Amino acid sequence: MPLNITTDKKYIISSIIIFVFIVMLTKLFMLQIVEQSYKLSASNNVLRYIPQYPARGLIYDRNGDLIVCNQAAYDLMVIKNEVKAFDTTEFASILGINIDQIRASFSQIKRIKGYSPYKPSVFLKQISSKTYAVLQEKLYKFPGFDVQPRTLRTYPNKIAGHLFGYVGEVDEDMIAKNPYYQLGDYIGINGLEKSYEKEIRGKKGVKIFMVDVRSRIKGSYENGLYDTVAVVGQDITCTIDAKLQGYGEKLMANKIGSIVAIEPKTGEVLAMISSPTYDPELLVGRERTANYRTLQSDTLKPIFNRALMALYPPGSTFKIVNGLIGLQEGTVYPTTRYGCAGGYPIGRGVGCHIHPSPLSFTQAIQMSCNTYFCYVFRGIVDKPIFGSVENGFSVWKKHVESFGFGNRLNIDLPNELRGLVPSVSFYDRYFRKGGWNSLTIISLSIGQGELGTSPLQMANLSSIIANRGYYYSPHVVKEIKGKDGIDPKFTTKHITTIDSTWFNYVVEGMDMAVNGGAGGTALNAALPKIRICGKTGTAQNPHGADHSVFIAFAPKENPKIAIAVYIENAGFGGTWASPIASLMIEKYLADSISRPDLEKYIKDAVLLDRHARKK
Amino acid sequence: MQERNSTLGGLDWPTIFIYLALVFMGWMNIYAAVYSDEHNSILDFTQRYGMQLIWIILAFALALVILLIDRRVYFVFAYFFYGLALLLLISALFFGRVVNGAHSWLQIGSAGIQPAEFAKFATILALAKLVGVYNFKILQPSSILKISIIILLPAFIIILQNDTGSAMVYGALILVLYREGIPNWFMLFLVFMVFIFILVIIASNALILILLFCSTILLFAIYGDKQKEVISYALSTAIFGLVLYFTLNYLGYKISSTYIILTSMIIGIPIALVYAFFRRIRLIYFLTLFLVITTVFALSVDYGYHRILPIHQQKRINDLLGIEADPQGWGYNVNQSKIAIGSGGFWGKGFLGGTQTKFNFVPEQSTDFIFCTVGEEWGFVGSTVVLSLFVILLLRLIMIAERQREAFAKVYGYGVASIIFFHVAVNVGMTIGLFPVIGIPLPFFSYGGSSLWAFTILLFIFIKLDSSR
Repeated sequence: MPLNITTDKKYIISSIIIFVFIVMLTKLFMLQIVEQSYKLSASNNVLRYIPQYPARGLIYDRNGDLIVCNQAAYDLMVIKNEVKAFDTTEFASILGINIDQIRASFSQIKRIKGYSPYKPSVFLKQISSKTYAVLQEKLYKFPGFDVQPRTLRTYPNKIAGHLFGYVGEVDEDMIAKNPYYQLGDYIGINGLEKSYEKEIRGKKGVKIFMVDVRSRIKGSYENGLYDTVAVVGQDITCTIDAKLQGYGEKLMANKIGSIVAIEPKTGEVLAMISSPTYDPELLVGRERTANYRTLQSDTLKPIFNRALMALYPPGSTFKIVNGLIGLQEGTVYPTTRYGCAGGYPIGRGVGCHIHPSPLSFTQAIQMSCNTYFCYVFRGIVDKPIFGSVENGFSVWKKHVESFGFGNRLNIDLPNELRGLVPSVSFYDRYFRKGGWNSLTIISLSIGQGELGTSPLQMANLSSIIANRGYYYSPHVVKEIKGKDGIDPKFTTKHITTIDSTWFNYVVEGMDMAVNGGAGGTALNAALPKIRICGKTGTAQNPHGADHSVFIAFAPKENPKIAIAVYIENAGFGGTWASPIASLMIEKYLADSISRPDLEKYIKDAVLLDRHARKK
Repeated sequence: MQERNSTLGGLDWPTIFIYLALVFMGWMNIYAAVYSDEHNSILDFTQRYGMQLIWIILAFALALVILLIDRRVYFVFAYFFYGLALLLLISALFFGRVVNGAHSWLQIGSAGIQPAEFAKFATILALAKLVGVYNFKILQPSSILKISIIILLPAFIIILQNDTGSAMVYGALILVLYREGIPNWFMLFLVFMVFIFILVIIASNALILILLFCSTILLFAIYGDKQKEVISYALSTAIFGLVLYFTLNYLGYKISSTYIILTSMIIGIPIALVYAFFRRIRLIYFLTLFLVITTVFALSVDYGYHRILPIHQQKRINDLLGIEADPQGWGYNVNQSKIAIGSGGFWGKGFLGGTQTKFNFVPEQSTDFIFCTVGEEWGFVGSTVVLSLFVILLLRLIMIAERQREAFAKVYGYGVASIIFFHVAVNVGMTIGLFPVIGIPLPFFSYGGSSLWAFTILLFIFIKLDSSR
């Protein structure tokens, strides 16, 4: 049908218009209804999630004294695109940094993951509240800069750095592992701060704001409907006695070693000292990394927590363990007497010091006779009923392990070491199968040889003896606010394989060692009003002079404190370790020191020479 | 039909109502786009929405004046208006204030006007007067020359002002000329050229040349009725090209395949022409012309696009065609615009509920990107309503134009429709990513006195012409 060309064109033009209209509607349909990503992009554009950081929980000592608390600090934030030319000299002097650092910070923020010149980035971390007070007045001169409040730790008593650990920013690994954490969050990195991180950290909140294209806040999103408040972390009461801890740290000044004190009835750690120690304030705030590096390069290893991580031979203190095993296995009796003529005569032999002879079981502990316990140890391992040295040794090992040796005691602190108790297969490898016997490993009878124990394990041994046969896993937290009780693993009784009656003979011997007069190895630990039971040790080691070791508990009946003291390279246990233990016990039980001269003598002693002559 | 006596009688009220609706919606959206809590009164004259109200009131006054003036004035003074517009354009070029890199603003006291906006109606008036003459033959060379001068002169000055977008608007007048006599095949040819243009950007030259050659052969095969000859011709040319290619390759010459195809074509065309001459087939001459023109066009577009076109315009086109993307850089505007519109969803976020436009994520959100606010706050529903109003207006204008007795009024009406159509299609097209970013306003919607007044004048002259037809 021949259409008039003019009317035809009218329709063609109208069709073109309608066609374009339909194309546009289709595209709008795709954009607005089919495609969902634009809605997300729009909220990414406009919503800014500002985390609300909670303060970490406070830490109190067992007497309710505040020992770890918070101080205000401020992160200086910058939005790069809002920065205008400013007086860098003044800015630097307010912040106490130099001008180069400002330039460095500007180039550094660009490398942060997720950096945007429109969003705030941390320009300078952890400005003190003092600096902030000055800065606040002048902040108007520096457009683009603002602060974000944070909290930092502070330590009023400046004690127990190893125990509390420290707090730092989360690293990429942690962020990848745990979705709770985001860039800029704080986390406990060591010590109690790490093991109780979940309780202490509290709960972050978030405020959602709407921002414009220049990241200027335009108001809260939906009137704060989706905002959450930060929940402050739970306060923690720890088992530490701040006074005792501080006192111990003073006694240990200029000495290398460790003191661990435990309340035997509960397993609560009363003090845990690793010396040399450091001021926990050093690991707070902006200087943390630099200070950490300095501490790390110190040859005396101040950040190494000796109480949990240093493995020493137990030395003569271990005779107690061998004695108890002997009594339990019936290879020695309380009445058994062995003569000692300056040493154990069989095999390579083991020397002994001068003391009366022969000695009974308690006397042998009192005077720490090497010979006696060589007989005891061989008696156990070679007991005929076991059939072989391997079987005998395995029985011995099982008993030893029931004291918590060779395994973690599962204290609520990170990095505890297992220690070392050798096994049959260890000796089979070390010598050869069948190539060893009770004489080869005779050193074990006096706590030398292939044994490694931490000061914590030694304090636990002391605690076991005080309790006459059982212990609770040592722990440092007594109470978490808002939580009923502590982890049940700390209220579970661990009973040793030794019957409690046998412990009385050991206790007797330890009493005699301190209070028994002539022949006692730790007479200088005796106190007039408090009956201390103790056992010295002198741990030979390949690193230099012997370590001075002492374990003790007091009072003898119904003990309140069990303690282990290690002084590295300080020689005989009765020289340094026992008076320190004695002072600690007196401090804890009497709260006053009756021997100020001794205290001063100890405090002033410098025992840092690893190769000092044996005393 | 008797002459109407009343000056305001016979107005086409549907058109006026749509106009009022669009202007009102535009104002609402400017308010929403610039809204802030500090300035929340829509009558705040320190803000754009306050100012727009003034422009709107003045536009109404202007409309009234236009309706009151005798309709013959527009016919008689058409060339005068045109000359005046050219004068203003030239003075803007020399004395104009530079805004966004374009010399397009004439400062009059504290206010500024954009002559380019007003040149549109003047040009259409002049065109209508020229074409509307009784017995005007549009396809005569002299007519083509006159029409070209009238349309291209203002466009050329505007290009000199560095406002290419506004100049492109004049291209829309091809619709008027189509209505007035340009044949269909020419329009199809133009569409084909646009197709080639896009193809040049996304495909390689060699492919396009092969395509052009093949379509020429195909056209001959369809209309020429010489299938056997066509096939042997096409095959021999192709074989020649391939042999040339492999020979050169074998000899170790690395020559672009584009040149090899060109060579084949240059050798092939004379043979075809000689064939045409002896067999007296005129179609071959036309097809050869077609092939040569399209090839030259393709190659010059390729050269122009990659060598002459400013890099930012190149990037805009690339972004549109999905060749490269940089949502933070030069693709930012369109990306943010799409986010704003896309996040509106079906019902939109509600009046003043938009965040992307209100918080300035979309640039130029009250002028060129005003449609983003519509899309974000009124959603798919609102966008459809606004676009429908425009389409109804355009169809109405065509209807009115068709009912005119005088060619002058009819041509003018088509001119109005073409200009508004081009603005709407390009403006909305760019905000939703269908068209490269070209800074031209959305009629009646975008903020700005010049634009609103110019479109008001444009439309109301036509309403006046219609009212007294």
